[in-house]
Amino acid sequence: MTRMAATRDGYGQALLDLGSNEKVVVLEADLGKSTKSLHFRKAYPDRTISCGIGEQNMLLVAAGMAASGYIPFASTFAIFTERAFEQMRNGVARPNLAVHLCGSHGGTHTGTDGSSAQSIEDLAIFRTLPNVVVMHPCDDVSTRILTIQLPELGKPSYMRTARNKTPVLYDGREDEIKIGKGIILKEGNDVAIIACGVLVSESLKAAEALEAEGIHATVVDMHTLKPIDGELIDKISAQCGALVTAEDHNVIGGLGSAVAEHIVGNTFAPLEIVGVPDRFGESGQADEMLEVMQISAHYIALAAKKAISRK
Amino acid sequence: MSKSISELEEIARKCRVEIVKMVYRSQAGHPGGSLSEIDLLAALYATRLRVRPDEPKWGDRDRFILSKGHASPGMYSILAEMGFISHEDLKSYRVLGGVCQGHVDMKWCPGVDFSAGSLGMGLSFGMGCATAARLDKSDRRAFVMIGDGEMQEGSVWEAAMAAAHHELGNLKVILDRNRIQNDDFCEVQMRMFDIPAKWKAFGWNVKEIDGHNMTEIMEGLDFLEAPENSNGPSILIAHTIKGAGISYMENNPSFHGAAPNDEQFHQAMIELGEVEA
Ligand SMILES: Cc1ncc(C[n+]2csc(CCOP(=O)(O)OP(=O)(O)O)c2C)c(N)n1
Ligand SMILES: [Mg+2]
Repeated sequence: MTRMAATRDGYGQALLDLGSNEKVVVLEADLGKSTKSLHFRKAYPDRTISCGIGEQNMLLVAAGMAASGYIPFASTFAIFTERAFEQMRNGVARPNLAVHLCGSHGGTHTGTDGSSAQSIEDLAIFRTLPNVVVMHPCDDVSTRILTIQLPELGKPSYMRTARNKTPVLYDGREDEIKIGKGIILKEGNDVAIIACGVLVSESLKAAEALEAEGIHATVVDMHTLKPIDGELIDKISAQCGALVTAEDHNVIGGLGSAVAEHIVGNTFAPLEIVGVPDRFGESGQADEMLEVMQISAHYIALAAKKAISRK
Repeated sequence: MSKSISELEEIARKCRVEIVKMVYRSQAGHPGGSLSEIDLLAALYATRLRVRPDEPKWGDRDRFILSKGHASPGMYSILAEMGFISHEDLKSYRVLGGVCQGHVDMKWCPGVDFSAGSLGMGLSFGMGCATAARLDKSDRRAFVMIGDGEMQEGSVWEAAMAAAHHELGNLKVILDRNRIQNDDFCEVQMRMFDIPAKWKAFGWNVKEIDGHNMTEIMEGLDFLEAPENSNGPSILIAHTIKGAGISYMENNPSFHGAAPNDEQFHQAMIELGEVEA
């Protein structure tokens, strides 16, 4: 049986692991139980700063601490990080202060809370900020490893995690995970599916279905959207000649855009973008949302065939 | 629109039953803040709001904005009681395609005037409604319910300052002062010190009541409708109990956003007088 886990739990575990570094501080905006920073708060109450329900303040408190030699990890729901976008832009990214912002409950997969809680634009907006590294890992192991690597980065970052459980892919494969390096999960020469977050396991399912039809797909976990792993994209574009991206995010501005921006100036291949079709979400169970938003394995496989037909 | 105290109490009891049923059925949602606000909502809807359930978009209706939009079961239950939606609709809470979305949403549910869910937005929106009413020379009013945790959002104070500056006497706020937010008690998360003094200092009419005592609630609504300074916005600070009416939910931060299990649901129905012990 595949182990199931939520990426937000990997984030919570990573903060605990980082706690032995006395410069690491955690900032909360009344969602520590949800983003999983609560474990750190329990272990290191003196280094946990409650900012109440005040995301804008939280981001700049974090910036001030980063400028004073601390390594701040701030978290809230992905949707409410957006409340502090301009603080992130002017107070964090512009002076290049190493504040690490985590947005949990990202995407429509979040489910029954409905559209107000389903961030479908976070990856896009943070990707537009110079200096900011943007990540969206797919399982709890990679979330933990990538979070632990953040302090060495010395730059600001945004990481989206998800609320609900998805299959764990990297048990025992911790060494393969590096910020900025996509990971090939399956190899095939007909089409390459590049995915992030909860859609990585959906892409593996799609690849399996395609295999049954004699179509051999490569599947890449592109956990880092910025800087995007251009070398890997060039390699699989040349190898497969057709690309698909898959993300629980608006088709505008996210992983699909990042890949498109790269291939127009490099190794070109037809690209199909699977994502939320520029609409808001609604209440529904996580698996129902994948269908309603047309981002499930079924739609990824369809897109793969379309990309191949455009070769 | 006149109702006796005991009639209002019965409306609120029926709403409590629906609130618990909604979160139990969906095994998700926010019972705590729905149960703390419901006596206030019952009195407001049943005796004050100038609205037409059969014509929810009537232009000159009073607006009601549930800024703490997660406490939607409370609002849905009173909307059903008033006839904006049916009791059957309540089963669609958090269900795909349902009018009762997880957070109140004006695009989905008749009688909802603001798509909430992000805290700290409703007061500014209410100010917009109140400003438009004034430009229209209409005597319609904007009522906004906010949470105490929500008050930590800076935007609440931007709106508070602006509404007093613009002398919006038609803007009326009810604060559900239940002393608990998401992770813990407000006192632990972010102390707010003297709340009435803060609003007074921002230029508002202020009154405090017990938000579960129907007689005091009616006095509080009288105050909101006719405050001392009729040119100023008004706030009713209602001291409430999060989870009020269900013993194990009362003053319990874990029932901010958690559903009862089978046994707890049964106990709630006993406590609300729906089934015999
Ligand atoms: C801007 C924003 N930040 C965070 C949240 C997540 N959240 C939902 S409810 C809640 C606590 C609200 O507490 P309070 O305002 O006191 O409401 P009540 O106690 O009446 O439920 C939080 C932090 C949110 N909805 N909006
Ligand atoms: Mg509260």
